[in-house]
Amino acid sequence: MRQTTEAPWVRVLLTALALSYLVLFLVVPLIVVFHEAFAAGWRVVWDAVSEPDARHALWLTLLAAFCSLLINGVCGIAAAWAIARFRFPGRRLLITLIELPFSISPVVVGLLLVLLFGTQGWFGPWLIAQGLPVIFAVPGIVLATLFITFPFVVRELIPVMEAVGSEEEEAARVLGARGWHILWRVTLPNVKWGLIYGLILCGARAVGEFGAVSVVSGHIRGQTNTLPLHIEILYNDYQYHAAFACAALLALTALVTLAIKSWVEWRQERALRRAQAAGGIEG
Amino acid sequence: MSITIEGVSKRFGAFTAIDRLSLEIASGELVALLGPSGSGKTTLLRIIAGLEQPDEGRVLFTGRDQTGVSAKDRGVGFVFQHYALFRHMTVAENVAFGLRVRPRATRPPASEIRTRVEHLLKMVHLEWAGDRFPHQLSGGQRQRVALARALAVEPKVLLLDEPFGALDAKVRAELRRWLRDLHDATGVTTVFVTHDQEEALEVADRVVIINRGRIEQAGTPDEVYAHPANAFVHQFLGTVNVFRGRVQGGSLIVGEGDITVVRPHDIAIARARDERHPLAARVRQCGIAGALVRVDLALDDGRRAEALITHQRARELALQPGEAVWIGFDEFRTYAAPSPVAEPEYII
Amino acid sequence: MRVLPGFGLSLGITLAWLGVIVLLPLAAMCAKALGLSWDELWRVWSEPRVLAALQLSLLAAALAAAINLITGLLLAWVLVRYRFPGRQLADALVDLPFALPTAVAGIALTALYAKTGWYGEPLAGLGISVAFTPLAVVVALTFVTLPFVVRTVQPVIEALPVEIEEAAASLGASRWQTFRRVILPELIPALATGFALAFARGLGEFGSVVFVSGNIPLKTEILPVVIIGKLDQYRIQEATAVALLMLVLSFIMLTVIGLLQRWAQRRAA
Repeated sequence: MRQTTEAPWVRVLLTALALSYLVLFLVVPLIVVFHEAFAAGWRVVWDAVSEPDARHALWLTLLAAFCSLLINGVCGIAAAWAIARFRFPGRRLLITLIELPFSISPVVVGLLLVLLFGTQGWFGPWLIAQGLPVIFAVPGIVLATLFITFPFVVRELIPVMEAVGSEEEEAARVLGARGWHILWRVTLPNVKWGLIYGLILCGARAVGEFGAVSVVSGHIRGQTNTLPLHIEILYNDYQYHAAFACAALLALTALVTLAIKSWVEWRQERALRRAQAAGGIEG
Repeated sequence: MSITIEGVSKRFGAFTAIDRLSLEIASGELVALLGPSGSGKTTLLRIIAGLEQPDEGRVLFTGRDQTGVSAKDRGVGFVFQHYALFRHMTVAENVAFGLRVRPRATRPPASEIRTRVEHLLKMVHLEWAGDRFPHQLSGGQRQRVALARALAVEPKVLLLDEPFGALDAKVRAELRRWLRDLHDATGVTTVFVTHDQEEALEVADRVVIINRGRIEQAGTPDEVYAHPANAFVHQFLGTVNVFRGRVQGGSLIVGEGDITVVRPHDIAIARARDERHPLAARVRQCGIAGALVRVDLALDDGRRAEALITHQRARELALQPGEAVWIGFDEFRTYAAPSPVAEPEYII
Repeated sequence: MRVLPGFGLSLGITLAWLGVIVLLPLAAMCAKALGLSWDELWRVWSEPRVLAALQLSLLAAALAAAINLITGLLLAWVLVRYRFPGRQLADALVDLPFALPTAVAGIALTALYAKTGWYGEPLAGLGISVAFTPLAVVVALTFVTLPFVVRTVQPVIEALPVEIEEAAASLGASRWQTFRRVILPELIPALATGFALAFARGLGEFGSVVFVSGNIPLKTEILPVVIIGKLDQYRIQEATAVALLMLVLSFIMLTVIGLLQRWAQRRAA
């Protein structure tokens, strides 16, 4: 037994306290979701998630999530490359700006888009005249989701890229590899766990986004409702079990996200340890 | 205070760090625990401090069993290899820590703590550094703060784990002498762990050589150096040539069973064969090694040996690489195998 | 000269992406805000409803962050230092509030704390009502900001050298003294960072709060709800004024967090 630890009763007490807190404040709310959903039987759950409005909401949620994964993923890789591999004036400011969306309230994000694309906004009237409305339409939802999930991928990639170092890429360059080759063959394989981790966080947040989307969507059923908004409408309509059925669907994705995330964390740690071990032998 | 270690064992999983080890340390002694890394010497020190519990056996301080007495109540001063200073506290706060955490009844008044800290800092020549933080000090200075901190609680036993391991050669030599002086001034029973034989031989009253969790030999520096108990001790106490075999009637007879150990300065070199120089060898290389000259030799069967001769002798011989010479062993010891010394014939 | 290629391209993509998605909307906001006079701003900011919401948002976020400071430290400590069956599961669960859509959290908490809910009923027996009271805001914010303190403190506890605790023990310190005087000071920068992150997130949180708080003006209305209310009435100017207030708070928190993180990093170095 290590001498620098607490008395056994203290350890047991602290562990029990911590675990009961986790159970009471995290696990029970999760159980409530499933309990309320299935209280009225499987049939109600199935009907609630398979009715056309719910299916459309699910489709829209996935579309928004897909767009943010694609755009924030690709641009995130580019930004991480610029920031982790080069030193340039304004680099710190750029990092701060990239992290900015984290600290802005989702509702404010929604308002920003209204100011830009609303009927009185900068681009709103022109776009509406072109038949391309953004607010109370699908593009607004996508843009809001993009804004909210903006930093996730870059933020995870930068530290991983910095930890891996640029020696391998420089070696590839000296061996005559072109830019795309370096990216595909050297950089991405080295940082893939960090990238996947960032994408998971990004996807989870995109699926669950509520505040910003709520402002720009207009809550038009079957048109501009995402799943979280659909839940709100059902809930406010006193369609209690249907609301919880859709919530259970989202909770399930959250649990899957957590499982994948733990697995990726474990892989990432292993990959990083290996990279460090290899670096240690060389240098 | 004397320390008695009685049949102590400690295992970490399948690895036996300490194997039924017994040792007596007299009050006021300065003892070095010397051994290669992984020999169990640090584990033994941590068991004495109460930072580790032995699986069997017990530790006594002046006859009192310390089993079940926690580290905090043993009254030992422990100096860690990497100092373990509290980095958010100033040097003075670090030194005062052990006094300030005492229960109110035995805690000295603040003014007394202050004078004691000042006194201790003066003793370690850091009276100017009381308000500094550890990260503002050099390695040697941090080590002295760690010592002052350990001494502040007036320990009955002072334990040091590789106290000079992380320092550069010059600071090391300085701190060694200083530790000796400090011990002579305070008279507190002191045990320190080291893997550096020079350090152990120079500083300690008694050297305990540990290998694979057991004591190979314990004795004064003179004893262990002049009369190594076995080939391991002989080899560990300095650079040696190790030959498998036995020297007999002037030639080295290769044998399976025996191991002959010769220190480099005990190899004599001559141009002509005579009684004192019966073995044929060839010079491979010569080089200056401080006060002596190092000669790399190859014996006629290809074995290699290292000799150290004086500069004067080197000038007399004027050796060139490739030349044939005759060598002899002024002093050597032959040990019966098996022994912890493994296969290599020539070890630096 | 730069050895690696793609600097211009990657920086160009980054700036375009940042510009279109983040900076352009912020610019629209700034332009709109510049169009407001001080008097107008002041009139909106001093509306009783806005002031009450501001007060509730600040207080509830601070209280929730404070609760998480204690429970987060406890969780981080137990997860790093102790070994027990299910530890990894517990560790993964800590991130649940980040993964769970806030609307789901919101209706779950409402079901739980409503007068007929699993927690609401016994609490009502004690004379405490949670749902649709300011307490509900605190509960919801405590839930969604739970991971912040745990995740900032955990790595610091992991990196603490064992020796400093052993040194304290060998100097005669009790376990509690070692924790209070040696370990806790090492954790303070991380704790402060976690607190600030939780507080900042709590200020802007919307989804989990709207369901459980009941959005009663002057009583349980938070700032984001005030903005939505103004937007629903097409009072875009006023909504912008409130949003500006929230943005200012965000920037202050962002600066504070940056300074705290730098402090924590300096400590770790």
